[in-house]
Amino acid sequence: MESTARAFKDNARAAVADPQLRRALGHVKVGFIEKRAKAAARLPEFEALRDAARDIKDHTLAHLDLYLERYEARVKACGGEVHWCRDAAAARDTVLAICRRAGARTVTKGKSMIGEEIGINDHLEANGITPVETDLGEYIIQLRHEPPSHIIAPAVHLTKDLIEADFRAHHGWLPAQRSLSEARELVDEARTVLRDRFLAADVGITGANFLVAETGSSIIVTNEGNGDLTQALPRVHIVLASLEKAVPTLEDVSTILRVLARSATGQEFSTYTTVSTGPRRPGDADGPEEYHVVLLDNGRSEMLGSEFRDALRCIRCGACMNHCPVYHAIGGHAYGWVYPGPIGSVLTPWLIGVEEAGNLPNASTFCGRCEAVCPMRIPLPRMLRHWREREFERHLTPAKARWGLKLWAALARRPAAYRRVTAVQARLLKAWAGRRGRVSRMPLAGGWTAHRDLPAPQGRTFHELWAARRRGVAS
Amino acid sequence: MTDARTDILAGLRRSLGRGGGAAAETAARKAAESAVDARISGHERHLIPDRSKLPPDQQVELFVRMATEQAASVVRVQSEAGVPSAIAEFLKAHNLPPGVKVAPQAALEALDWAREPLLEVAFGGAVASDAVSVTGAFAAIAESGTLMLVSGEDSPTALNFLPENHVVVLRADQVVGPYEDAWDRIRAAYGPGTLPRTVNFITGPSRTADIEQTIQLGAHGPRRLHIILVEEDARRGQSDGA
Repeated sequence: MESTARAFKDNARAAVADPQLRRALGHVKVGFIEKRAKAAARLPEFEALRDAARDIKDHTLAHLDLYLERYEARVKACGGEVHWCRDAAAARDTVLAICRRAGARTVTKGKSMIGEEIGINDHLEANGITPVETDLGEYIIQLRHEPPSHIIAPAVHLTKDLIEADFRAHHGWLPAQRSLSEARELVDEARTVLRDRFLAADVGITGANFLVAETGSSIIVTNEGNGDLTQALPRVHIVLASLEKAVPTLEDVSTILRVLARSATGQEFSTYTTVSTGPRRPGDADGPEEYHVVLLDNGRSEMLGSEFRDALRCIRCGACMNHCPVYHAIGGHAYGWVYPGPIGSVLTPWLIGVEEAGNLPNASTFCGRCEAVCPMRIPLPRMLRHWREREFERHLTPAKARWGLKLWAALARRPAAYRRVTAVQARLLKAWAGRRGRVSRMPLAGGWTAHRDLPAPQGRTFHELWAARRRGVAS
Repeated sequence: MTDARTDILAGLRRSLGRGGGAAAETAARKAAESAVDARISGHERHLIPDRSKLPPDQQVELFVRMATEQAASVVRVQSEAGVPSAIAEFLKAHNLPPGVKVAPQAALEALDWAREPLLEVAFGGAVASDAVSVTGAFAAIAESGTLMLVSGEDSPTALNFLPENHVVVLRADQVVGPYEDAWDRIRAAYGPGTLPRTVNFITGPSRTADIEQTIQLGAHGPRRLHIILVEEDARRGQSDGA
C-alpha cells in the first residue's frame, strides 16, 4: 500500500476540519471505551490475565525460531504447506502463484491486516484475479477504494448515508424506491450480494490471529462468519500470517483469547473463534482441498532484536486506538499507512522507514491511555520515545525544533542563567497576555496558538515561588 | 542465495543472541529446545477465572445464561425423544417453512423424526437454499456460553454458517466449565497435538457492528442460533416414554 505518512500533518489538518469524519469518530470515543470498561469490570481476574497473556508472548518471542519450526512441522504433518516470505513482494507473488495454480478467477477474503500490509488486492487485480472482501466493513471500503481506518472496524470513519450512497452507486440493480437508510437494510443488502460470491470463489484468503505450534493450527477470531464461509467453501484456503502470531499451546491461546475480545469490542468472547488445521481430511464432508500458510517476516525478525521487541506482543485488538485522543481527533487515514493509532505509530516507522513515517511517533501527548488498556501491556509511550530518539540521532527532526531543543538544553545546563531567562519570560508573557490572562498569538509558536490559547504565567516562575515559600516556612 | 526459510530463521536467532555456532551457544540452543518441547507436551493451564468453577448442574445453568445473553435461544428438553418437536416448535415460532437440513450424524439420524410427520428432514451438507440446519456439538463452554463444533465425515462445517437458522442439539453432559476442559476432551478424542480440520467456537448468532457501531445480527452467518439442550444423559439409552 502507498504511504501518505510523510504528509501526516496535512492529513491531520484535513481530518480535523472534516465534519462528517467528526460525526463518525464520535462513535469510537463512546462505544468502544464503555464496552471495554464493562467487560473488564465483569471479570475479576482480568488484570491478572493481562499479565499471563504478556508472559506467554514474551516466552514465545524468546523462542520464536523454535516454535515456528515446530509449528511448521505440524502443518506439514497435517497435509498443509508453509511458505516463508522475507518481504511483502515475496508474499504477494506466493499468493498469486497459488491462485494461478488453482486456476482461480475470483478470490474471497476474510479480514487480514497482513493482506493490507502486502497490498494483496491490488496485486491480484493487476494480474486478472478478482479479490472480494467479505467482512462488511472491508467490503464497504473496497467499494470506495479506501484502506481501512481502524484495525478491527475498517469502516469506522463512515456514516450510514455515505455507505448507502456507495451501495446505490455500485449495486446498479437496486430500485430507487428501495429503502437503505437503516443499518439493518445495508447489512441485508451486503449479505445478499456476498452470498453468491462465497459460493463462486475458487480460493479463500483469511488472516490469522494465532498460529499454534502444538497443533499446526491457524486461528481467526470474527463476529460475522464471513471468514468461515471464506475458508469452508472454496477448494483452496490461504492463510496470511506474520511470524509473531505464534503461540505454543491451545492453553496459551485460551488465556490470550480471554483478554482479546474484551479489549477489542467488549465482548465476553467473539462470536466465532475458528481453529483450522491443514486441508480437509479423507472422508470429510467439506472443507478446502489445499491449505497454505504464507508466513511473512517483513522486518519482524530484526525487530525482535531491537528495543521494539515488546511491540511484537500485539494481538491487534485496537484498544490503543480506541482510547487514543489523537486517533479520536484525526481518525485512522491520517496516519497514512496500514496501521493507525499508537501501535501504528510504533510499527509503521519500522515497516516503511522512519524517514517516511517519522511524524507519527511525534503525534502523541504521552498521556499513557494506550499502555493502560493494552491487553499485552506493550509500553507504547516508551516505544514512541525510542523513535523520537532515533529520529533526533539521525538528524530527521526539523531544524527549528532541533535548534529550539539545543537552546533549551544549553539553558537548562546553566541554572543561574535558566532562572534569570525564565523570570524575564514569565513577566513578558504576563504583560503580553494582558488582562485576559491568555496568550492567543505568540511569535515563533504560531503552531501552538493557532488552535488554542496559552494560559499565561502569573508573572513569577516556579523557582521564584518555591524560594519564597521556603523563606516563608523558615521564618 | 539461501532460501527464505533459512534466512528468516537465521535472522530470528541473530536477534535472540543464538546466532553463531560456538559451543556455549549450541548448549543454550539445546536447553531452549527442551524447554519448548516440554511446554508443548505439558500444555499447562494458566490462570482460569473462578466463574466456571462450579458443579456440573450449575455449569449448565451458567452456559444457558451466557449463551442467552449473547442472543442465542435455548430450550431444554427432557430427553432426545423431545428434540424433533422442539425443532418443529422453533420453526413455527419464527414462521419458517417446515424443512431442515440435518448433519448426517448417527445420534441425529437415530432421532424419532416420525413424531413430526409434517417436518421435511434431509441429511447432508449445506446448500445455498437451506433455511435451517440442525447439527450436534462436540462440547459447550459454560464460561462464555460458547458451543464447540468439529468438522468430520458426518459434520460438514458449512452447515454451521450457510443457512440463516442454525439449530444445535447439545447434551447436558457435553457442557464443561472453561475452554481448557474442552481441549482436554478434544485431546482424549483425537490424540495429543492432533485436531480435526476445523474446530468452531460459536457464541451466539452472527453479528456485525461495522455500520456506525450498532450491532446487527445475521451478518453472513446465521441470524438465529437455537440450542436444544437435552437434559438427560443420552448414553444411558433411556426414553421419556411419551
